Amino acid sequence: MTLTSPAPRATHSTPTDTLLDFRDVEMTFPDGTIALQGVDLVVKRGEFVTVVGPSGCGKSTLLRIASGLEHASHGTAELGTDRIGYVFQDATLLPWRTVTDNVELLAELHGEKKKARAEKAAEAIELVGLKGFEKHLPRALSGGMKMRASLARSLTLDPELFLFDEPFGALDEITRERLNDELIRLFNAKNFAGLFITHSVSEAVYMSTKVVVMSGRPGKIVETFDVPFPQPRDPEIRFTPEYAALVGEVSHALRKGHGHS
Amino acid sequence: MTTISNETAVGDDVDTLQSHPTPGLPVTATVAKPKGKNRITKWLPPLIVFLAIVVVWYLISLFVLNPALRFLLPLPQDIIMKGFIDPLSFNALIVALWQTVIVSMLGLAIAIVIGVAWAVAMSQAKWIERSLFPYAVILQCIPILALVPLIGFWFGYEFQSRVLVCVMIALFPMVNNTLFGLQSVDKGHKELFKLQDASRTTTLLKLSFPAALPAIFAGMRISAGLAVVGAIVGDQFFRRGTPGLGILISNYSSRLQGEQLFATIITAALFGVVIFWLFGLLGRRAVGKWYDFN
Repeated sequence: MTLTSPAPRATHSTPTDTLLDFRDVEMTFPDGTIALQGVDLVVKRGEFVTVVGPSGCGKSTLLRIASGLEHASHGTAELGTDRIGYVFQDATLLPWRTVTDNVELLAELHGEKKKARAEKAAEAIELVGLKGFEKHLPRALSGGMKMRASLARSLTLDPELFLFDEPFGALDEITRERLNDELIRLFNAKNFAGLFITHSVSEAVYMSTKVVVMSGRPGKIVETFDVPFPQPRDPEIRFTPEYAALVGEVSHALRKGHGHS
Repeated sequence: MTTISNETAVGDDVDTLQSHPTPGLPVTATVAKPKGKNRITKWLPPLIVFLAIVVVWYLISLFVLNPALRFLLPLPQDIIMKGFIDPLSFNALIVALWQTVIVSMLGLAIAIVIGVAWAVAMSQAKWIERSLFPYAVILQCIPILALVPLIGFWFGYEFQSRVLVCVMIALFPMVNNTLFGLQSVDKGHKELFKLQDASRTTTLLKLSFPAALPAIFAGMRISAGLAVVGAIVGDQFFRRGTPGLGILISNYSSRLQGEQLFATIITAALFGVVIFWLFGLLGRRAVGKWYDFN
């Protein structure tokens, strides 16, 4: 299971602590738009890094480069693992497949045997709390449940690095908060490193160990905040003054960065 | 794998999924089927129109037409008695209908195979599409009747020429719909497959083709109707071999057998309707669970 893609991306087989290493990454689109400029970003084992920034600042491009869907026009993006999970903005479930068949898809694409992938799928489905919905088609699921199924699908890869592209952006506030908690629990249980894209500052501060603020186009990193709260997160920290203060600081940095463009 | 407690796991969904389906049971769309009163309001208007047509029919046949010219619009009961129930007419009708079924369905089957293969080939590369699509359009634009004499020259005036007319007339909707279906695969789904380094064949079989099925079945229904037209048209030009409904129609009309002529036309029309309905049913059966096929 390798994500092959031409340089400038290299894959190491030996376990390292640095799972993602962006150095001076720049992305210029064919039409001349500079989406990213001079981005240095490291994601290490045990980290959950969230990138916040205004719409169109190249946040998603960052993930697309990390996953190999696109290649940086300048700089290097190195991966420390080939076990990468990618959760899209949409659940991207195949509408003709049941939840189980959707969750099995990635293992199926890697040619795993029916029995092995059924076991993996069952485990992942239980992990995201979709037990009892295995035979359902995506159209019978709510938005939150679809995202859970999508999450389960990536979990079958047992990723070391998990990339999230605003996965909960289309969900209502309550569902989003529940899924934030779920994801934090998965993060602590499965020990993957996370790179999470969002435009919600409170979501960013609540979930991550590190918050990276990006400016508007061209997307640059304007400030990085370490989040000191212990993992697993207690939902109650949302009501502490420390949390509020940090959300305020990040928001301030975001506004400042927005002003730059 | 450690299992996290999932007590609150489905919590967010309980409120969003009010009509909570029984876990483990397959869920189908929960649209209520028309029942009782609904069914009456659904069928009553077209029934009234049908009765009105029959009344006008009788009026014209009885009071407008000179009895000597009644073959132009025979009385409905005469059509039923002489056209359908009369053993001679009935036998001729059944044999011709069967022949038309064979010709049109064989032509349709060939059109489906060629059409899907053609579209799949075009979906594989832009240059193949650029090379082949114009010919699909040309095929659609050539008046098929202009080609009929040539088909007769080349393939004779029997069965195979009739099938060929069906294929040519039914091909374009298959090509066009399949290509449209294959090309409208969701971008996110494509990237999902790309991220796993899925091969071209795997992507086609597990993603593009299933995603194109609703469009393929929609095309099939259009092509099925056209294949019936093709079989009747083919009959009128290629008159050797076992006659189909088209030959029967031209025979009856040349002999001024109005009752039998109407019975044959009605049979051809009903066959077209049945085919349209059948392929609609097939489409709903195949993709209705996940796609609103109508």
